[in-house]
Amino acid sequence: MNALPVLREDPRRAAAAAAPAVPLTALDQLWFQVSGTVCNLRCAHCFISCSPDNHDFWFMSREQVRERLEASIGLGVKEYYFTGGEPFMNRDLPGILEDTLTLGPATVLTNGTLLPGRTVERLSDLADASRYSLELRVSLDGVTEAANDALRGQGAFRRALAGIERLVAAGFLPIITAMRTWEEGETEETLAGFRGLLASLGYERARIKVLPPLRIGAEAERTHGYAPEERVTHEMLHGFDLDRLLCTRARLISARGVHACPILLDAPDARLGDTLLEAARRPAVLSEQACYTCYRSGAICSNIGSGGGDGS
Amino acid sequence: MNAATGRAVPPRRRALPRHRRVAAFGGVYSNHLALAAAIEDALGRGADALYCLGDLGAFGPRPDRVFPLIRDHDVRTIRGNYDDSIARGLDDCQCGYTDPRDNHYARLSYRYTYANTSPDHRAWMDGLPPTLRFRLGDLEVLACHGSPRQMNEFLWETATPDHFLRKLTRDHGCDVILGTHTGLHWRRRVGERSWYVNAGALGRPANDGRTEVWYALLEARDSRLHAEFIPVSYDHETLADEMRDERLPEEFIETIRTGWWTTCLEVLPAKERARGKW
Repeated sequence: MNALPVLREDPRRAAAAAAPAVPLTALDQLWFQVSGTVCNLRCAHCFISCSPDNHDFWFMSREQVRERLEASIGLGVKEYYFTGGEPFMNRDLPGILEDTLTLGPATVLTNGTLLPGRTVERLSDLADASRYSLELRVSLDGVTEAANDALRGQGAFRRALAGIERLVAAGFLPIITAMRTWEEGETEETLAGFRGLLASLGYERARIKVLPPLRIGAEAERTHGYAPEERVTHEMLHGFDLDRLLCTRARLISARGVHACPILLDAPDARLGDTLLEAARRPAVLSEQACYTCYRSGAICSNIGSGGGDGS
Repeated sequence: MNAATGRAVPPRRRALPRHRRVAAFGGVYSNHLALAAAIEDALGRGADALYCLGDLGAFGPRPDRVFPLIRDHDVRTIRGNYDDSIARGLDDCQCGYTDPRDNHYARLSYRYTYANTSPDHRAWMDGLPPTLRFRLGDLEVLACHGSPRQMNEFLWETATPDHFLRKLTRDHGCDVILGTHTGLHWRRRVGERSWYVNAGALGRPANDGRTEVWYALLEARDSRLHAEFIPVSYDHETLADEMRDERLPEEFIETIRTGWWTTCLEVLPAKERARGKW
């Protein structure tokens, strides 16, 4: 007797079908995955597992970015963000920033380890020439070399501090971004530690942003992933201010298309189209468990917002 | 609604107040001395209409002293996020701070202002509109607090692109957007017939090491907007004494006396932050 094939439900498809979808309110933030998944570091907590040999997403050229920038004008984009991987791995980045800063404010999310004097000088010239702000967000995940390098790899701490020191000497006020790897009750004490460390580099009025952990990618392997019930449901959105979610205000462009947000680069449901217009019209489906963190903490990726808590 | 056709009248054809020279006051933050000085100055410069763009309370002493000035001088007032919070008894001022230090001072300021605003004034604020429109020559001006789409939206000079502002004027059917919320005055022409003006704030100085506060004086000439920012000197030492009497934080008093912001710094973009002292 021939056995009938057993139809197994794909859990990812089932989650997507059951998950709420949210429309784009306004395209305020345009993100560029400008160095793809290529990074000079191999951090133990990277939510998209970037590394020197992760070539899943490749660099974007200045021309590719320029086309997207032109398309963004009519949509009224307010802020431009550049991420990766490590954006400074892309040699086109200074040119890309030059183009962007003629249009609006730009923010680069960097690990700070690829900022030699000549790069900082170029950034300083670009910032001075523009009426808009150029923000540098430098990741630092510990107050000590041991704590930071346990996550970001040997030598990362010293190189990042050298980068921060050069930025500060050039007049930048980088936003130091730390993933909260400590208990929530220890935040004030940890921030005081960061301030002391940064003051020792000459950065007296440090701007510090704390991010909640996103338990996906390498971070899920380092600690643990989300519990099965940690998902955004339709009921959770009743009375909820949707503008707290990044995907109602932003889209991400990679070399492969347009995605719902920078966290879900490699989630198939989050790729919303080839063109900005197409992706702006399509709602974002909150089917990934990382959406739960954004729901609890607010749009954690923006320069302003999120205090690193999980909203509980 | 047009009674004859039953169709909605497009915004540009509605009957709007017409003015020749408008004084626009940004956040007052309970600084009744600066408000009184600005009203006198604006009337002396021939302003035929006075507008306040919201945030009557916060930061300064004795919030109830602002309301008689607004009423007696017929200052047309819209609702800021602070007014919205105080009127509705919300938990905070809706500025969205996440930095623990900024949050600490924002809470102190909010609790003091809420406790010292009379129920009558709270009820009056609950009737304030979120936006107002008027005509200046043949230009239509939309006055708001943060932005026409969001009361607590920060529009900073170095973080707000021209094309974004053009879209706002297009989406909201106006020639000029007039706002405040950031506390820093700036203006820009963003299209052939589109302007943005941030009136700054009367409540605290512009983070420039000067003790004066600022307001905007607007006129239209030949279908073009002319916006001038006016510095206002006032008795800031008396205000500082009043703040001390009310046991408001020394950090707030320092701002009034030195012209440098000491709190609520988290939301400043890089260039605005770099221009300040802290």
